[in-house]
Amino acid sequence: MDVSIRADEVIDAVGLYCPVPIIRTAERIKKMPAGGILKVLSDDRVILIDMPAWCRSTGHEYLGHAQNGREYHLFVKKNRARETTR
Amino acid sequence: MSERTSEPRGTIRAIGLLSGGLDSTLAAKVLLEQGVDVIGLHYSTGFCMNDHRRAMGRPDEDPKRMRNEGLRAGADLGIPIEILDAGEAYMKMVLNPKHGYGKRANPCIDCRIFMIHGAADYMREHGGHFVFTGEVLGQRPMSQHMQALRLIEKECGIEGYLLRPLSAAHLPPTVPERLGWVNRDGLLGISGRSRKEQMGWSTKWGIGDYPQPAGGCCYLADENFARRFHDKRLHTDPDRIRREEMILLKVGRHFRLTAGVKIIVARDESENRFLQRFDLPGWRFEALECGSPITVVEGEPDENLKMLIASITARYSDRRGEPLVEVAARRDGREEVLLVPPVADQVLEAYRI
Repeated sequence: MDVSIRADEVIDAVGLYCPVPIIRTAERIKKMPAGGILKVLSDDRVILIDMPAWCRSTGHEYLGHAQNGREYHLFVKKNRARETTR
Repeated sequence: MSERTSEPRGTIRAIGLLSGGLDSTLAAKVLLEQGVDVIGLHYSTGFCMNDHRRAMGRPDEDPKRMRNEGLRAGADLGIPIEILDAGEAYMKMVLNPKHGYGKRANPCIDCRIFMIHGAADYMREHGGHFVFTGEVLGQRPMSQHMQALRLIEKECGIEGYLLRPLSAAHLPPTVPERLGWVNRDGLLGISGRSRKEQMGWSTKWGIGDYPQPAGGCCYLADENFARRFHDKRLHTDPDRIRREEMILLKVGRHFRLTAGVKIIVARDESENRFLQRFDLPGWRFEALECGSPITVVEGEPDENLKMLIASITARYSDRRGEPLVEVAARRDGREEVLLVPPVADQVLEAYRI
């Protein structure tokens, strides 16, 4: 997938095992303003299944991913609507 | 806990443990059907087989088999999921469970107490009204009989506020039922080990994409892992066992050579790579000039044991058919090369954990 998006913040989760990248994503996005875009770097190919699922469950918007070798760059837009921690 | 006054429906929030298995998914669905606001908590314990498969990074594994089932269930149900890292506290509990182990290394009662405790804390911090689980009366021999369900609730300090929607009809009414937060008539009366009734409800509600029921994804309930786990506890002070040592119990072939020396022999290239990620103290062995497993040594082997470790490493290398094999023993930048015959299988079996 070719995704060219300017992210407001970046998390480097390369080398981290599931579910740490999702935990880090959740922690960071809680601190971001609504509409902000987070870029998550990961080399775990299953995150391409988990991240969209996490976005569907929490109400954030999954914008897609780009691939650079074995590294994936995933983009998540924070939505105002729902968060687990209220 | 003191009972709250009745609140209008629609503002009720339930906090549930959601593994993503059929039971917890159905429990959440029962409450959603009643208009309850549901938040799912998914614990990462460090003993999940799916998580380990992902860490191994084998290219031929189907990604769907390794997905996080809690996130998948949350997405399918349309409820938010919070992933919680059980961390060191969970590790301590696993090594010293108050209520003991089941058939393997599974401290099921303490595990439930740990997680429900966490859910109760989350409920208090985030304005929840009660906690629910997908527990089914009589389904599991250690943790889901009537006495265990009562014990778990009592030890978690939320008596009356722990709802088991799948078996509620067999259990005394909880505070959420008495106050009308949930309708007891809409809760289920499932009990026993059969999953037939759950499957009926899953068909009715269109819940089809769940992991096989009762398949188990927890290393602590795995026979091979349990042997290694109890060997570790037997030979090491449980208070001194490090998290890395527990992770290594999931990888490779394990051999106990003496009370103080144990080795782990990688099974394939993925396990070699996995072992190389750990900065472990001690010796490492590798056969030379061929495909070879990495052998990690725990403890301090003498010269005779080093020869045995080299022989075992040679046995699992690509040169196992040769009479003598050069094996490198490395530690802290130094290297010794040992020339050994591959060990005979009948000798090897005496050491296998």
